Amino acid sequence: MNVEAPLVDVRDLKMHFPIHAGLLRRQVGAVKAVDGITLSIRQGETLGLVGESGCGKSTVGRAILRLYDITGGEIVIDGRAIGSVGQDSLRKMRPTMQMVFQDPQACLNPRMTVAEIIGEPLREHTDASRVERRARVVELMNLVGLNPTFASRYPHEFSGGQRQRIGIARALALNPKFIVCDEPIAALDVSIQAQVVNLLEELQDELGLTYLFISHDLSMVRHIADRVAVMYLGKVVELSPRDDIYSEPLHPYTQALLSAVPEPDPMLAGTKRDRIVLQGDVPSPANPPEGCNFCTRCPQVMDICRGIDPAFREVAPGRMVACHLLDPAHGGTAPTRAARRDAAEASEPRHDQQGETS
Amino acid sequence: MPEGDRAVLEVKGLRTAFSTRGGAVHAVNDVSFDVKRGELLGVVGESGSGKSVTMMSLIGLLPMPPARIEAGEVLLEGEDLLTVSPRRLREVRGGEVGFVFQDPMTSLNPVFSVGFQIVEPLRRHMGLGKRAARDRAVELLELVGIPGARDRLDDYPHQFSGGMRQRVMIAIALACDPKLLIADEPTTALDVTIQAQILELVHKLRDELGMAIVWITHDLGVVAQIADRVLVMYGGQVVEQAPVKPLFTDPRHPYTRALLKTIPSVTGVREPKLQVIEGQPPILGAFPVACPFRDRCPLRFERCDAENPAREPCGPGHDVACFHPIAQTAREEAVA
Repeated sequence: MNVEAPLVDVRDLKMHFPIHAGLLRRQVGAVKAVDGITLSIRQGETLGLVGESGCGKSTVGRAILRLYDITGGEIVIDGRAIGSVGQDSLRKMRPTMQMVFQDPQACLNPRMTVAEIIGEPLREHTDASRVERRARVVELMNLVGLNPTFASRYPHEFSGGQRQRIGIARALALNPKFIVCDEPIAALDVSIQAQVVNLLEELQDELGLTYLFISHDLSMVRHIADRVAVMYLGKVVELSPRDDIYSEPLHPYTQALLSAVPEPDPMLAGTKRDRIVLQGDVPSPANPPEGCNFCTRCPQVMDICRGIDPAFREVAPGRMVACHLLDPAHGGTAPTRAARRDAAEASEPRHDQQGETS
Repeated sequence: MPEGDRAVLEVKGLRTAFSTRGGAVHAVNDVSFDVKRGELLGVVGESGSGKSVTMMSLIGLLPMPPARIEAGEVLLEGEDLLTVSPRRLREVRGGEVGFVFQDPMTSLNPVFSVGFQIVEPLRRHMGLGKRAARDRAVELLELVGIPGARDRLDDYPHQFSGGMRQRVMIAIALACDPKLLIADEPTTALDVTIQAQILELVHKLRDELGMAIVWITHDLGVVAQIADRVLVMYGGQVVEQAPVKPLFTDPRHPYTRALLKTIPSVTGVREPKLQVIEGQPPILGAFPVACPFRDRCPLRFERCDAENPAREPCGPGHDVACFHPIAQTAREEAVA
């Protein structure tokens, strides 16, 4: 990887939410929403974080920005460790790290005008005068493609896509280096999604931003991300450069996830893709299975998977995977294309030829 | 499995409007289509394109007022559902026409057991006795792939996961052997791996039971996978209808083309920049006298502002509502 230190470095991050029950509200357990993840994001890079609902991807985004008090682990952003610092010093860090939220309806105060919403971070964190703030708001609105003459309007007067632009302008107000985008396009229509994604990419080129892009939309992540981390039940199961992960997914969960995405092309959908339909549902994060978290649904499960949690290790340059199948110490295969094809052929009955669709 | 070409459902010139404080909203304008036995019709469109309102209008599920069906015919095997008595309509709903809604949590009643909710239509519509209805409910749950069906009959909706709840919804919709199943974004609230399970299930059921299915979705990927024929809706109108393959290989309407290009693929070529449809969907205030897509259309010319195009055939089973000659004839641009 790169010699220079990454902008964001997360080590063994844990975020457990306690469960209280009974008359005395004693703690009886914990929802292990995030259970030991390690990742780093380089300056100017977009890391895509994908997974199904409930896998903990949003919690990761919020925990990295310390919107929660984390249970364990270290977070270093721009050279400063923020894992356990207090709220006061955290507040000084806030201008560097910002967030764009999923629901543009819910994250904008309906009683504030657009100018007030975008200008609020400036009022809180800088001592800019009213005139300066106003000028910055106009600049930001132009930057995200909003007409500055609408500055005194209220959020409800804008469409979903425009509201998301307001949210982005607010996040940009303090010249952040790192932005967590938590499902920024999930609430938008397809034709509007592309507009917002293009805007985020343009802003990245122009301002040298670093993104953590959280999404369940695998095709959009393929478009925007440089590297992709796949989460399952509170853990990252695979982290690889984008092209590698989409052309040759290594973890069985990544393989199943990618094969489950409906392809908007009946030719492709009918022909070359072997579909892996996973059985059953995701286990509860309050009570994860013993061993590998994916062992209850994995089509290639082995005995060892039910006992020992696989380590998250580098199996090829830049490619991190947590799976016993890829660990030579446990009789796993080297992660080459040929080996994987053999493995796939060996387990042929589990793969559903998806021919009848077309 | 199709028995002749007779349409199970035929909709002609349906028009639905809502009265609001800001004036009338014309949500559905002259929508016509049909579905045959054993056929799966996909209906795609963005939010506000009128796809859900169309389906709700069919069997009188819209609150009236504010909704008002202004014109049209809805023929279920020849019987016009817009003119039948409320009593007959109740028989049709849940009997001959089954429904699956988007959110399986809000469409199941949380205070009744799943078994009760499946048994209810069986007793009402089919007049089954208690024991027989219960046996049939178990059969249905097994059909939709719920393990340990008999034991789960007395469980409540919250005890099921999202995918399982949607299976329960499908079981209820199938309870009375419907001729037509209307599914309104049934997999939108589900994760992709669960969605894959449900798509597989619906395919299997369609082949086994041979009913007609109308599947509403905004996801072109889902349509590509399961539909036989597709309606594309925009601004309350059907802008294009085609069998699934031509729709993706030879889309004619500028909106369909643009829509296909805005979606990145997980396996195909990765474009350096996403194509964008500029602008916003129309606000359906006045009854449209011009093409609803004209403000965002790259091919717009004078006629688009003056008239609203009707659907014209442009291939086998393929029709399109666009004046531009490219839409009606040429295919080289679509291929390129």
